[in-house]
Amino acid sequence: MQKGIGPSVYSGGNKPDAGTNRLQAVAQGKDVSAEVHPKVLEETPVLEIDRFNLWYGSKQVIHNISMPIIRKQVTALIGPSGCGKSTLLRSVNRMNDLIQNIRITGDMRLNGDSIYDPRMDVINLRKRMGMVFQKPNPFPMSIFENVVYSLRIDGEKNRSVLDEVCEISLRGAALWDEVKDCLNDSALKLSGGQQQRLCIARAVAAEPEVLLLDEPCSALDPIATGKIEDLIQELRGQYSILMVTHNMQQASRASDYTAFIYLGRLIEYGPTSDIFTNPVLQETESYVTGRFG
Amino acid sequence: MNSSRYQRQNVRSPFSSLMAHGEPWVWLMSGSLAVAVTMVIGLLLFITVRGSIHFWPRPLYEITLRNGEKYLGEVISRETQLKNISDDQTVHDRVLVRTVDFRTDSTRYTWFDKKNMSSIQRPQFATVIERFEGGRFHGFPVCLLKDGIPTTDSPEAAWQHYQEISPTIQKRFREANRIDKLRRGDLQKRLRNARLALFDARLKQGNNHPIVHKVKKEEEEISKEVAEISDLLDKKMAALRKANSLWKFEFKTVDGQSVIFPVEEIIQAWQPNNISLLGMSYVYGTRWWEFLSDNPREANSAGGVFPAICGTVSMTLIMALLVAPFGVLAALYLREYAADNSLTATIRIAINNLAGVPSIVYGAFGLGFFCYGAGGWIDENFFSASLLADNQPTFGTGGLLWASLTLALLTLPVVIVATEEALAAVPNSMREGSYACGGSKWQTIYRIVLPRALPGIMTGVILAMARAAGEVAPLMLVGVKKIALDLPIDTSFPFIHPEREFMHLAYLVYDIGFQSSNSQAAKPMVFTITLLLVTIIAVLNIAAIYLRSRLKRRYAVQEF
Repeated sequence: MQKGIGPSVYSGGNKPDAGTNRLQAVAQGKDVSAEVHPKVLEETPVLEIDRFNLWYGSKQVIHNISMPIIRKQVTALIGPSGCGKSTLLRSVNRMNDLIQNIRITGDMRLNGDSIYDPRMDVINLRKRMGMVFQKPNPFPMSIFENVVYSLRIDGEKNRSVLDEVCEISLRGAALWDEVKDCLNDSALKLSGGQQQRLCIARAVAAEPEVLLLDEPCSALDPIATGKIEDLIQELRGQYSILMVTHNMQQASRASDYTAFIYLGRLIEYGPTSDIFTNPVLQETESYVTGRFG
Repeated sequence: MNSSRYQRQNVRSPFSSLMAHGEPWVWLMSGSLAVAVTMVIGLLLFITVRGSIHFWPRPLYEITLRNGEKYLGEVISRETQLKNISDDQTVHDRVLVRTVDFRTDSTRYTWFDKKNMSSIQRPQFATVIERFEGGRFHGFPVCLLKDGIPTTDSPEAAWQHYQEISPTIQKRFREANRIDKLRRGDLQKRLRNARLALFDARLKQGNNHPIVHKVKKEEEEISKEVAEISDLLDKKMAALRKANSLWKFEFKTVDGQSVIFPVEEIIQAWQPNNISLLGMSYVYGTRWWEFLSDNPREANSAGGVFPAICGTVSMTLIMALLVAPFGVLAALYLREYAADNSLTATIRIAINNLAGVPSIVYGAFGLGFFCYGAGGWIDENFFSASLLADNQPTFGTGGLLWASLTLALLTLPVVIVATEEALAAVPNSMREGSYACGGSKWQTIYRIVLPRALPGIMTGVILAMARAAGEVAPLMLVGVKKIALDLPIDTSFPFIHPEREFMHLAYLVYDIGFQSSNSQAAKPMVFTITLLLVTIIAVLNIAAIYLRSRLKRRYAVQEF
């Protein structure tokens, strides 16, 4: 498989198809070309999604999506419920392997390594990524053990290494000051927002090449949501982040790039400021302003 | 707007509204629960009361009948009977009296009609004696004899003196018995082992091999040593017995006959009409202690049940240790690894059905497979000397290990089903979190899923233990005996003897209650043993529940 993708893969041209509504076309099952802004293609990608299709049973959930995810930046996936954002995210670290009846074509590349290469060790691959889920899912163990879980499963026993990683990760997740005195308490005693930050600390403990956030705030109250968004701001520049969100404000506040996905197809992808203030497509504008979807 | 079309009817029949509110159902539900709770509490109360009063000293009554016969005994119950309506004396009071006949060593329960009695009284010095052999005796103290010479002049003085000397004599008696048991037990075992070793060597090497000669020499040395020790112990025992045999206690029965017992044979004696509440509590306590800590006597109808307690507890614990890992591994494979297809479903149904197989079937299986099959194989290969020389199986007969394994099989479905449910209750998000951190399937199961499911697994093990501790039928086939005084865990090498037959409380209930010749006499003992069994199961369960609640606290999920 070729390394690197030329611009031609991503884009069907910059001009909007006047007179045809792409969303209607998509709903009718027609193929439409994605609108990828040239600014995206200028940056260096950490993850390249290359003509990716996914079927669940006989139903196609993701249609030929190709997009680069930019290194050390925050990329948000937006779109109405059931459009395949989460499925796409879970395809990145092959969590979908756990589900039966899944079939895929196309590929993704993490720093040039093919993710769907049959020779790829899935467990090793997942160690290179961190993932945070919709609902906080701390493990039933102490806060400390939660954070260093990925090191533990690698067999790390050196206490000073574990202590150091724990502190750095918890500081990174802006949780250190709140829990530094009770690291041996059960993680389940924390509040929902704290639990979610703990999950972020757990995800960044292994120095992931890309951090996947699957609607990380959807189960949280507004204050906890605000803290997580602040945290995402702090993590930008350190980590490459790919997040799914339902919240337009969150996408516009917290992300650098935004991709609009509809019914399993990439509609428009560009810098967040352009997508929210000056999108190429009429359809995107109507979605982000709430007139549709 | 045409609202009338969809407007609901406001007027309903009272009955339909009652049913809709569900009031009758609530009553039905609470009624069912109340019935269940009442039955459980009633049963427990019944067992507790009947079981715990058995050792409380009852007063002794001297009953004189109109024809001159005299009886001394405990009044067990009273009742009023209607005999004949046309008769003048329709109402009829009578009492049930427990008397003993020391000549025939028997306990009797007799009904006496009130109208046949000339007197009933509570003589102050009436004494109850528990003898080491021959059961109870009811009578009056006369005097204490030392070497045949009376040392006291009045019944009070005799009683008092007896209470002073009794502890030393009892101590000596126990010591002598202990030595007796040691000599008979341990020394015989050493002799037998040496003899079997010689036999084994001959069997394997032929008659003239140097090893055989060596073993033969060893055997001779051991028998010499054993004989020496035996002599020594004999002397020690004789001294103890001699010191004890000086003392005798003379009693007279209610009809004036004189009886003399050696003091050492009196395990316990009390004067129920002559002691304070504190004294009664003391007698009650010591009788319970004897019951809990002693070996049974008189074909299990007297003495203690210590071997049975040991057998019950060790069998239940070994069973739990066997069934827990086995069941958990099976459930893990079934839930986490096996493909979800019709074969798995069939296996699941089969496991559930296993729980419904009558337990005696498991007993028969255990006897055939474990005792005769596995045990026979072990005997042939490792204990052939014992089998050939003495024609005596070691593992090839019922024993603690086989009984535990049989009950482990019996309770396996319970553990598998409970574990499967506990595993299914672990949220998928936990598994996903672990996979996302790069955990393999096994790491996820062992670090996340199992700890989280542990309280549920414990529930299964608790249920299994409760089931196993109360099971009798299969045990009768695979190792429980009426009397087995050699404990499965003792101080002789190798300390744990899984091949030994053992006693079991539930079997004792069956044996004493239904196999003894005097069922009236056995009844209180049955209640007491039942109470003990229920208490032991409760203690085991409470320990397990405590453990589970600690685990739960550690892995509790807090929802917001």
